[in-house]
Amino acid sequence: MFRFIVRRLLQMVVAFFGTTLIVYALMFAGQGDPIQALAGERPVTAAQRAYLTEKYHLDATGIGGFFYRYFDYISNLLRGNLGESLTGRSIGDILADAWPVTIKLALIAIAVAVIFGVTAGVLAGIRRASIFDNATLLLTLLVLGIPTIVLAPLAQYFLGVKWQLFPPTSGANPDFYALLLPGIVLGSLSLATALRLTRTSVAENLRADYVRTARSKGLPRRRVISVHVLRNSLIPVITFLGVEVGNLMSGAIITEGVFNIPGVGFNLFRGIRTEDGPLVVGIVSVLVVVYLVSNLVVDILYAVLDPRIRYE
Amino acid sequence: MSDFETVAASENQAARRGPSGEPGTPNQVGQPRKPRSLAGDAWRDLRRKPIFWISLTLVLLITAMAAVPGLFTSNDPADCVLSRQHAAPSGGAIFGYDFQGCDTYARAVYGARASLLVGAFSALMTGAIALVVGMLAGYFGGWVDAVLSRLIDIVLGIPLLLAAIVLLKRVSTDSSTVRLASVIFVLAALGWTTAARVVRSSVITAREQDYVAAARMLGAGNGRIMWRHILPNALAPAIVVLTIALGSFIAAEATLSFLGIGLKEPTISWGIDINSGRVHMRESATPLVVPSTFLALTVLAFIMLGDAIRDAFDPKLR
Repeated sequence: MFRFIVRRLLQMVVAFFGTTLIVYALMFAGQGDPIQALAGERPVTAAQRAYLTEKYHLDATGIGGFFYRYFDYISNLLRGNLGESLTGRSIGDILADAWPVTIKLALIAIAVAVIFGVTAGVLAGIRRASIFDNATLLLTLLVLGIPTIVLAPLAQYFLGVKWQLFPPTSGANPDFYALLLPGIVLGSLSLATALRLTRTSVAENLRADYVRTARSKGLPRRRVISVHVLRNSLIPVITFLGVEVGNLMSGAIITEGVFNIPGVGFNLFRGIRTEDGPLVVGIVSVLVVVYLVSNLVVDILYAVLDPRIRYE
Repeated sequence: MSDFETVAASENQAARRGPSGEPGTPNQVGQPRKPRSLAGDAWRDLRRKPIFWISLTLVLLITAMAAVPGLFTSNDPADCVLSRQHAAPSGGAIFGYDFQGCDTYARAVYGARASLLVGAFSALMTGAIALVVGMLAGYFGGWVDAVLSRLIDIVLGIPLLLAAIVLLKRVSTDSSTVRLASVIFVLAALGWTTAARVVRSSVITAREQDYVAAARMLGAGNGRIMWRHILPNALAPAIVVLTIALGSFIAAEATLSFLGIGLKEPTISWGIDINSGRVHMRESATPLVVPSTFLALTVLAFIMLGDAIRDAFDPKLR
């Protein structure tokens, strides 16, 4: 187990530098004159230019200069120093305000996916090829096929504006009720995938030898399913949900933007709209790190749950 | 069709290792007890599925819409008059007019072209990259495989929407052709990994087959074995994955255009129209609902088509 964690950590370090290098190279390298960009429309004096060039090693051209500036960016990122947005607010502060909301939203989405997706998936897996099974399969295909940019505005219009079942947008301090509809919209995609995964996994395990053994021992069907089948079937589902938490943190751009939820995705949405370069860069960098770390946690969790993974 | 059957027969062979026909010669005449090939099986299965026919019809309809939009509407989508703002349906504009006074239905019809262009070209490029990478990794194995697989892992580890935002923010031009091309490139550059994995695993299976060993003993070089003997096996699963990917590329394009960093006016895109319809939904909902329906049906059609074909080809799920 220890060896597995060490190996996986090393892989993560490689992936971290690989991804951040790509992000950095795309966002900063090869842009115009960074000093002029900093000053905006105003002229830059020769002394200021010399000072900034010296400070940020902008005169070092070629590979050495590029990597110097890249490591500068990495060390700032690791120290949590993300700079300021164009409006002058510290990006760290913006994110500190936004995270709790986004996490709340993601938790609602996950809860929706678990409660409805896993339950329906188990039922569909047991009653394979029944009407219920086929109906849920078709329904999940519909959900998977409808993009969020269609689902979110339509849900907002019909459930929020027309029939007024939910508040159409949430204010600055959204309560649970205001987050419920966006949470369902956000969770519907994970719900569909979780349902399909559970169904396949349950259906496969029902045919396994150990289930036949349990049955022939005379155990009641309820116990066979709830103890023997479920335990093994839920491993891939847990992995998926873990990855999904990472996805939901970054995937909420559209949902948060449409429903005006002041979370991380909303700030990114606004940053893109108002062409706020530093804000977009800062948020994307943080989200990439969140995504990598959540993948790592899930992989380790997976290895804890399923010993076969460790001994490859 | 015969190519398709060759593929299916050898896949069949790989899956069952039973007394099915020789992979190279599936159509041997005079064998009454010849088992039906997997493609034949799949086709019989598909023919009875209403979802297959519905999605195929939708795909053809949308392709026709993209190719000849004039067949579906005689109105000009660029003919926008503010005095008609949110006006009721009249004279060919069956869904009325949007905030700018443009014909909602005509805009939705003309929007098919950009979506389908992005979807088709991204899928083609994705397919090309995936075939090359998957073939090299699967066929040569060893360090080539190790390097390429790590590359796949890294690209797979980058969240698609975030990376597309970063990449497309660097495209500052307003030329619609360049924007279209950059959206295609970005989606292809980020979206090839799943298909590459599928190709890699089918290449690894095919590489171990007897007919590959036979071809090698007959003196065939690596290039010939890869092109003539292994590629046909990797093609069918790759096409299924790419059909589904085509649908998700269309959705991704609409999402990026919705955010304002994909396609931009004057290109007509469903994503742009959904966003502008969303802002004015309280006054009139049709400019939001119509492009949304078009987009959802298109994406669904491709995903369902791919899903139906995959189900038919995957005997495990039957």
